[in-house]
Amino acid sequence: MNAMSRNATYNFAYLDEQTKRMIRRAILKAIAIPGYQVPFASREMPMPYGWGTGGVQVTAAILGPDDVLKVIDQGADDTTNAVSIRKFFERVAGIETTTHTAEATIIQTRHRIPEAPLAEGQVLVYQVPIPEPLRFLEPRETETRKMHALEEYGLMHVKLYEDIAKNGHIATTYAYPVKVEGRYVMDPSPTPKFDNPKMHMSAALQLFGAGREKRIYALPPHTEVVSLDFEDHPFEVQRFDRPCALCGAEQVYLDEIVLDDRGGRMFVCSDTDHCETRRAEGHRGELGGELSGEAK
Amino acid sequence: MRNESTALDGGFSAPVQDAQAVFRAVMDAMARPATIVEIRPPVTPPAPLPPIIGAIASTLLDADTPIWLDPTLGQSPEVGEWLVFHTGASFTDQPGEASFALIGDGSAFPDLDTFAQGTQEYPDRSATLVIAIEAFDGGTPLCLRGPGILDRATIAPRGLPKDFAEQWEENTQRFPRGVDLVLATGDSLVCLPRTARLIAREMEV
Ligand SMILES: [Zn+2]
Repeated sequence: MNAMSRNATYNFAYLDEQTKRMIRRAILKAIAIPGYQVPFASREMPMPYGWGTGGVQVTAAILGPDDVLKVIDQGADDTTNAVSIRKFFERVAGIETTTHTAEATIIQTRHRIPEAPLAEGQVLVYQVPIPEPLRFLEPRETETRKMHALEEYGLMHVKLYEDIAKNGHIATTYAYPVKVEGRYVMDPSPTPKFDNPKMHMSAALQLFGAGREKRIYALPPHTEVVSLDFEDHPFEVQRFDRPCALCGAEQVYLDEIVLDDRGGRMFVCSDTDHCETRRAEGHRGELGGELSGEAK
Repeated sequence: MRNESTALDGGFSAPVQDAQAVFRAVMDAMARPATIVEIRPPVTPPAPLPPIIGAIASTLLDADTPIWLDPTLGQSPEVGEWLVFHTGASFTDQPGEASFALIGDGSAFPDLDTFAQGTQEYPDRSATLVIAIEAFDGGTPLCLRGPGILDRATIAPRGLPKDFAEQWEENTQRFPRGVDLVLATGDSLVCLPRTARLIAREMEV
């Protein structure tokens, strides 16, 4: 192997080997203690915090030459954040990328879990801004750590119950806390609570990376993930009173799209690959015929 | 040929790709306890260090991870030199201080609770034991459930201590503290994270 190719090889996936080892050890402990936040020495990445540096480091530490990577932001593959992360890995790892959920071996996401059920062998990597579900109750890390150690989750329940007292229901719709295997309370990151049930008993391995906060946590496949709730106020996901306007899908997460400046709008799948796959299979929503030609 | 090898030989030939491939095998195995994962070890360490344990060591160990060697591996200067050269890790003779324990004879090693268990606040500060066993069948069946296992899974590793099942049960009861195991032989490995709980034998049917 000549010096040049060796150098190129050494920088595979951007991170140096020592950093990868440290992250890999953290990932193994995270898998062994589902829902527990493992501290790690987060590295500077060539992108600002808030652009998913935690998720990028996790992906870089697990990625191999045979992987096929999908990156989504909200549910879409074509947003600036998703495109730049995908390009980053194409350049530093030379790997194949895809927008198709079923073809991906690794899916990096912030905000959404794909609608199509994930399969055994797939890895879902979350970019997490705030990993600590108790942070808004208690700013001190030493205290939140103690609360997790002692399973002191009463305050969290009180907070949710205050929502009910105020609003008649639990108003939290994003980063809705879950309990993992009856033990750790975990923040699912800024995903809508609509996606919480998809984490439960997923066939895929789910890894969470928080760059600024220097935490990695994990859900192995087939892990019990229960959204916190109360007997008289059970957990409920958002409901949409209509199907996707393009593909007719029901029981999926919809985004509102403004069509013109006269108040025209439509509701379509937030998961763009799900929508495109369904339309390719011939499914049509009420506007699917008219718009299918221009839809990207 | 093996006799002539030195500490410098027998490491990864493609360090980045080899380490990634071995790590993914271990990660897959840790995420799916009791599932046998196969990986051809891309290293040839001096005996009696099994190549698959040499590969795992080369992948995960460095100057930040003190190693404890069991007497089988510890009595071989060649093994120690090879590990130092290829990982940069240092050794400790205190099992409780090691982040990794490499065990060449799975049938006799100190009780699981003599290794670092982590603390209630930092349960990740616990040891990972990489253990050479004889086979993944023919031993006492262990019927397990827990995260990563769909319903239940059974393995019967041969070459573990007689009281292993009891020790393992105690280890899982210390959750979130406790050690995690990588059992290895030939081209195969199985992980037992502390979450893999034993199902009582009468419930097995
Ligand atoms: Zn749709």
